[in-house]
Amino acid sequence: MKIPSSLKYTKSDEWFDPASGAVGITDFAQSQLSDIVFVELLVEEGEQVTVGKAIASVESVKASAEIYAPAAGKVSAVNKGLSDKPETLNSDPFGEGWMIKIAGGTTGDVMDSAAYEKDCAGRAH
Amino acid sequence: MATIVEPTIFELSSPGRLGVTMPASDVPATALPPKNLLRSELPLPELAEVDVVRHYTRLSKFNYSVDDGFYPLGSCTMKYNPKINEDTCRLPGFLYTHPLQPIETVQGNLVLMYELQEWLKEISGFAGITLQPAAGAHGEFTGVLMMAAYHKSRNDTKRTKMLIPDAAHGTNPASAGMLGMSVVTIPSDERGNVDLKALEAACDDTVVGMMLTNPNTLGMFDEHIEKVVELVHKCGGLMYGDGANLNALLGIVRPGDVGFDVMHINLHKTFSVPHGGGGPGSGPVGVSKRLVDFLPSPLVGIVEEGDDEMEPLYGFITPKQSIGRMKAFHGHFGGGLVRAYTYISMHGPNGLKDISQYAVLNANYLQARLRGTYKIPYDRICMHEFVAEGAFEGSDVRALDIAKRLMDYNFHPPTNYFPLIVHEALMIEPTETENKDTLDRFADALIKIAEEARSQPELLHDAPHTTKFGRMDEVKAARELVLCCWLPENYESMR
Repeated sequence: MKIPSSLKYTKSDEWFDPASGAVGITDFAQSQLSDIVFVELLVEEGEQVTVGKAIASVESVKASAEIYAPAAGKVSAVNKGLSDKPETLNSDPFGEGWMIKIAGGTTGDVMDSAAYEKDCAGRAH
Repeated sequence: MATIVEPTIFELSSPGRLGVTMPASDVPATALPPKNLLRSELPLPELAEVDVVRHYTRLSKFNYSVDDGFYPLGSCTMKYNPKINEDTCRLPGFLYTHPLQPIETVQGNLVLMYELQEWLKEISGFAGITLQPAAGAHGEFTGVLMMAAYHKSRNDTKRTKMLIPDAAHGTNPASAGMLGMSVVTIPSDERGNVDLKALEAACDDTVVGMMLTNPNTLGMFDEHIEKVVELVHKCGGLMYGDGANLNALLGIVRPGDVGFDVMHINLHKTFSVPHGGGGPGSGPVGVSKRLVDFLPSPLVGIVEEGDDEMEPLYGFITPKQSIGRMKAFHGHFGGGLVRAYTYISMHGPNGLKDISQYAVLNANYLQARLRGTYKIPYDRICMHEFVAEGAFEGSDVRALDIAKRLMDYNFHPPTNYFPLIVHEALMIEPTETENKDTLDRFADALIKIAEEARSQPELLHDAPHTTKFGRMDEVKAARELVLCCWLPENYESMR
């Protein structure tokens, strides 16, 4: 399971890249959800988001999940092509599967990669 | 590989073939609507009657229903539907009536509805009942509308939050969301109860109420239910009960007595009305005293008192602050209300209590037989259902594989991947209608499958093997939504 050390993580399995402001779901999240069949981004470019605001809705064959903003700030970009290729979230969650970018984002309660790895291990079966 | 064993009705179609010959028109022809409102092509299949009948009869043989065998779909209460219900709902007096008939000519129907309202009040402990809602989620929406109307009538307008436990039915947040309320999720504690600390922290003067399923989707009766109700009431909120799991409580606990303010009752679960493909459902809603004035209109009531010589006249009454109609007419009368009335009158008070006791006993028996083979994450005495984990240490077999393999043993799989708080959930609800032999055969099959998961995991990954069709490609079906009757080759040009 991949957990890049340059990123920050939330308990609800979002990642945040402090350098680019990009947000997505983790490798652990996509593996738990299994095959993702639907993604809808709930925010638009230019919109202000607060920590914990639902930014996307994701559905897999097993479950549906809301994705929450790990940081507050202005949405500077959204990954428009994602909804046509939801499987990208399975194949490349930290790359092509990015969802939105939050410019100058102030993070909420986030963990570094080591703490997140421990958190996942506690939840895995 | 499964082979296509039945073409679609469109593939069976042959141009010019007829099922019926229309007689010549005996009324004058009128002009067609304007051209821009007409479709140039409507690809209806063309077949003879016998071919249509055979097609659907063949398809029906691929199906599995509660009349075929055990159907332990958790929280769905797929109990057997007694066939006497089919006789009563087809009695000509019920069958050949119209909802717009003068009330004097449908007194029998109205008495049945009135008595069903009274019986459901007695069973649930509520002060008022509406029979209108079409099914469970419609009942929820009706209930939440009444909660909102209640707060509005008191000028208590800052209440926008609905508290919903993580072990609730998925329809609960949807119903609150449809009314623009924001949903606050309340976690469960390690015994499967509402986490009281989290609830207390969420209770304030912006709370509309709480939507609680009790017993919840873990099959657990909340051990602190009175405290939960007290906390919600103390902050001015109302208690909504999801009655989907009422089959555990008949004659034992009345939700109205516990302090619930609103609850929908699934006649198509607890009261033996068919559902799933056999619907339609029916979702009456009960309310506490302070909400009776908000009930949908109309209710059935006595509009003229009777005396020694005259029967009372039954008709329609409108509650004072009614939220209005929830359905064009009076709910699912023949399909839902007549069947439920039959079921309740066939069982009587003691029979209803037996139903819940046997439902709970059957679930606990199955749980006890599977304990040790399957992990039961919330392991205590359950109510009418329980949740097992469909995964084993060191194996890549998942709940879905176990569910599919059960089909090879001729059982309908239990609910899987719900509730979300259990890893690889298998949610099993046997209902009261199953005998010990059936329960044992089902437990034996699950125990055998657990062995297979270790010795021959590929047998599970590829299951089912004995059904008409093998494992469906759920991912493809969900990603490539084609939900219409147009043939694939015409799809692009028709859409």
